[in-house]
Amino acid sequence: MSATTTAPVAATPVRTTHQPPARLRAWATRAPLLPALVFMIVVTQLPFVATLVISFFDWNALYPDARHFTGVDNYQEVLTDPDLRHSVWTTVLLTVAVVLVSLILGLVLALLLDRRFRGRGFVRTLLIAPFLVVPVAAALLWKHVLYNPEYGLLNGLLHYVGGPQPDWISNTPLLAVEASLVWQWTPFMMLILLAGLQSRDNEQMEAARVDGASDWQVFRYLTLPHLRRYLELGALLGSIYIVQNFDAVFTITSGGLGTANLPYTVYQTFYQAHENGLASAAGVLVVIGSIIIATFALRVVSSLFREEVSRA
Amino acid sequence: MSTVAVRTPARRKGVGLGLVAWVIGIVFFLPIAWMALTSFHSETDAAKNPPAFGASLTLDGYRDFFGTGGGASPWPALINSVVASVASTLFVLLLALPAAYALSLRPVKKWTDVLFFFLSTKMLPVVAGLLPIYLFAKNTHMLDNIWLLVILYTSMNLPIAVWMMQSFLAEVPVAIIEAARVDGARLPTILARVVAPIALPGIAATALICFIFSWNELLFARVLTGVVAETAPVFLTGFITSQGLFLAKVCAASLVISLPVLAAGFAAQDKLVQGLSLGAVK
Repeated sequence: MSATTTAPVAATPVRTTHQPPARLRAWATRAPLLPALVFMIVVTQLPFVATLVISFFDWNALYPDARHFTGVDNYQEVLTDPDLRHSVWTTVLLTVAVVLVSLILGLVLALLLDRRFRGRGFVRTLLIAPFLVVPVAAALLWKHVLYNPEYGLLNGLLHYVGGPQPDWISNTPLLAVEASLVWQWTPFMMLILLAGLQSRDNEQMEAARVDGASDWQVFRYLTLPHLRRYLELGALLGSIYIVQNFDAVFTITSGGLGTANLPYTVYQTFYQAHENGLASAAGVLVVIGSIIIATFALRVVSSLFREEVSRA
Repeated sequence: MSTVAVRTPARRKGVGLGLVAWVIGIVFFLPIAWMALTSFHSETDAAKNPPAFGASLTLDGYRDFFGTGGGASPWPALINSVVASVASTLFVLLLALPAAYALSLRPVKKWTDVLFFFLSTKMLPVVAGLLPIYLFAKNTHMLDNIWLLVILYTSMNLPIAVWMMQSFLAEVPVAIIEAARVDGARLPTILARVVAPIALPGIAATALICFIFSWNELLFARVLTGVVAETAPVFLTGFITSQGLFLAKVCAASLVISLPVLAAGFAAQDKLVQGLSLGAVK
């Protein structure tokens, strides 16, 4: 908080006519940055350090006096307990399935929208809409309005063609969660890939066409290589968001029927079971997973970023 | 536009693909359209199978949702959401603008490293710090306090805002700023007269995107609030378990609570990609 007040004070020397010492000037340049930097470190990094420390303790909030250091026991338990291990697997399955399917659908839609046709802007707006529904509301929509076996829209439409009337969530719980997430995340992928398509070099494409390249050849040898980094970016950012998903799992299945992913498990372990140490260990595992994805993501972002900077 | 005479096979293929795009667009939008329609149906019509597309319209679902038909009023939750989203967005702007300035117009040394530090904090999942934050809030009696969410939402959106604004401020040509400085303009004048007009649309889009993310957030709100400070998404979780015939009410609630996001999202449509890709894509 004190950093906030130093900003305007430190900024004054820059504008005075006599030159202040170089060191002071360097700090004046840094000053506007400090409040944001300090704030981020305090609010995001400190709690993580605390999580890390707690993860080495056997600590149930209901028995605070029994708290003691246990080393890596919590990690061992997370990785050996069948339920917790299952949630690690669910997290991987959920993330990979949603990212892959929405990326492919997003690519198809981006290619379609890259062409000129009547009402293109309107169709684009229709396609963005699912992403702009509050996640809990979207999950409720799928759970009650679409999936409900008695009066849901899906079975309603099946009724017209005399199809079966399955109980979607009970029969295929994880698939049900994934479908709702694919619906929400396809627009995200589409937008990123569309931006990628529109940054293609038109002259190069024209030249290829003049030389007699077919649509498929243009796509395979020009478009796809150009899109590679946008595909990577979409996949990585999507993974970072979906690894953390809580809303859909919480709303559609409440973590039941084998759909509990790690974030849901962390929530449940400390909020309902009050196992602080165990929850922290699971939390640290989510972070490790995210760091692995993030390392790649940062590399892609930085290569796109360098290109932007050098182009400017 | 096109006459029959110029319709080559390629052109026909183009029309066909346009049609495919239309069909997929409608399929994607269908759940939302159905939600909107159902929200205006009576509860008995809403629960019909096969669906009652042409059923008569009523506002009962909305009356029910706003509590005039009994049940908890959503207003406190809606107001909490407005406070949390608007206040955190303002704090984000307050912190991000000077930071973005120090990373673009008057860059510090190693400014890309700083930029990437901000980005890396965004990749730290919420569950990484959830428990300590909960324990801290409990011990300082900050649980169920909307301002705790304001602080957390600020930290959640600050990295995105710094990235976006950095890229918007970097678009301001240095030559113009230099020219103004030579003409004797001081920093506040330069910021207000030269930088602001160019960067303002971007700053507005950034604010809208931060607003959306705060409005949508569930996990922090669910864990850290109770009766007093519950937000709109937490209010919605009350509909997770079925309560008899309540489909029209659920649809009305989901639609009303999503409206601010839909509005903000469409308003920021052009800059949405840039925000979502953390400024990496323009």
